[in-house]
Amino acid sequence: MKHLTPTRFALTLSLLAAFLFVVVVFSLGMGPSAIEPGEVFRALFAPVSPDPVVDIVRGIRLPRVVLAALVGASLACAGVIFQALLRNPLADPFILGVSGGAALGAIAMISLGGALGLGYAAVAPAAFAGCLLTLLLLYFVAGRGSRVSPTALLLTGVVFNAFASAAIIFLASAADMLDGSRIFIWLIGNLSAARLDAAPWLAGFLLIGLSCALLSARGLNVLALGEETAEQLGVSTDGQRRILLVASSLMVGAAVSISGLIGFVGLIIPHALRLVLGPDHRLLVPASALGGAAFLVLCDTLARTLLGGRELPVGAITALLGGPVFLFLLRRGEQSWIAPGGSTR
Amino acid sequence: MVKPAGAPTPAETETLAFEDVAVRLGGRSVLGGVSFEVGLGEVVGLVGCNGAGKTTLVRSATRSLRPDSGEVCLAGQSIRELPRRVLATRVATVPQDVHVPFPFLAGELVLMGRTPHQGLFGFESAADLEIAREAMDRLGIAHLADRPVDRLSGGERQLVLFARALAQQSDWLLLDEPTAFLDLRHRMDLLRAVRHFTRAGGGALVVSHDLGGVARICDRLVVLSEGQVIADGEPHEVLRPEIIHRAFGISVDIFEGPDGRPVVVSRLA
Repeated sequence: MKHLTPTRFALTLSLLAAFLFVVVVFSLGMGPSAIEPGEVFRALFAPVSPDPVVDIVRGIRLPRVVLAALVGASLACAGVIFQALLRNPLADPFILGVSGGAALGAIAMISLGGALGLGYAAVAPAAFAGCLLTLLLLYFVAGRGSRVSPTALLLTGVVFNAFASAAIIFLASAADMLDGSRIFIWLIGNLSAARLDAAPWLAGFLLIGLSCALLSARGLNVLALGEETAEQLGVSTDGQRRILLVASSLMVGAAVSISGLIGFVGLIIPHALRLVLGPDHRLLVPASALGGAAFLVLCDTLARTLLGGRELPVGAITALLGGPVFLFLLRRGEQSWIAPGGSTR
Repeated sequence: MVKPAGAPTPAETETLAFEDVAVRLGGRSVLGGVSFEVGLGEVVGLVGCNGAGKTTLVRSATRSLRPDSGEVCLAGQSIRELPRRVLATRVATVPQDVHVPFPFLAGELVLMGRTPHQGLFGFESAADLEIAREAMDRLGIAHLADRPVDRLSGGERQLVLFARALAQQSDWLLLDEPTAFLDLRHRMDLLRAVRHFTRAGGGALVVSHDLGGVARICDRLVVLSEGQVIADGEPHEVLRPEIIHRAFGISVDIFEGPDGRPVVVSRLA
């Protein structure tokens, strides 16, 4: 009987961690001046010295790679949690409009916060609040009792995304932010303006979210079969769901507040890993975090280097990759995920 | 039902008791004060037509639904006072069917039956695996273990869900229309497994509207009609034309089968 053994767990995660490391070294070498992997290694572990290679690797590229990894891990991890709680493999922070809510919260704070005497530090909490409010709204609109209809869920996400984008543009216009590309970062995710001092926060929230999901990983497995089944197996669903929704909101809020709307990471990564590793959340949750980190580092490397000197927003890359994947999933899963009533039987 | 004061009677320590359970759903009375007991070592059949309140009664015993009045008691203690996890080690449910949105393997689903015995993280022990394997063997579905649940037929999935309930190692089993999707052979496999479970000391409540199949293995039958118990007794006492007419609104003839048990044949005209 196939099941998750400690060996398979450790081996899979080690392999993914090694892959992430390779991706990071590769990404650190890519840029206007290409650096050999060996040189990257040397620069990474060299003592501080006035060496241009060390400057480029550690000073310029490393912060961005670290942020990409943290954002990718947070989004993928939140994606897995949403998918289990909503019992729908199409759930993703971006598609559900939850990222949009977070961005709206952030931009509202940026444009109006000054008037309230609140500084930049209030942006992340505002993003978190926007995120949580959107989730509550989703449950309120798409759910009847404890049951969430997949169709209503996706439609609500579409509507809320459109609403959030419009509200973001409105607020940005009102605050005179439409000049240049400042508004751009919020509408399509971008890591070029990301600040390294956000990394510890991001890492902290990721750690909290990941721990919550890992500690109740078996609960997630059972919750994915529905609330009533979970209760019959002795899992108290309300408390569990509340903790996990707050934890994933923290991750999405933190990620969006520094990178804007990066879509589809939470969709592609869990789906691809579920195909290979199976749906057991004890393995899928940490694997998605590692996979999401590697994926976004790769996408951001593409965004930095694809057009030579000019930058692409990384959100454009993930959307270009994610859109087709979403359509593919939608087509394939039509009957069980989208059909009305498909959520119960 | 008033409980006598003092020391619990033996019956009280060994029963899953529905005590005057009443449930209203959407303003309509679904169960109007239902009382009966399921002892250890016996198979009780709960029969009645569609909408008689059978599933509602099962849900009240797993705390998926809270009765408006009355109690469900385990060995004299209200199940509302038990932590969910403890309740899941005493009472296991085999639902009619469950939608599995992710490609879990049948074996993984059966192992989930061990959830109340484990923490929320960690790996299955050798004992857990053995219990799950045994449950699948008992139902003749060991060969399904490594197949994704969403690729199984409705009947196969029902047996997997039954194996999951067996893996819970509970004292009582609640089966909600367990034979609905099963072919004759698997129906017999399942009923035999229920018998085995009660002979080993468990108690089972089998909900069904299939009078023929359920009556064959039940020690007692409870007939539910419009949210009320209209008969409770041994199959030959309960399976009478007038009772069945009241419960199902049909005319039947009752014969004695080769094993001495009653056989119900409905009249078309």
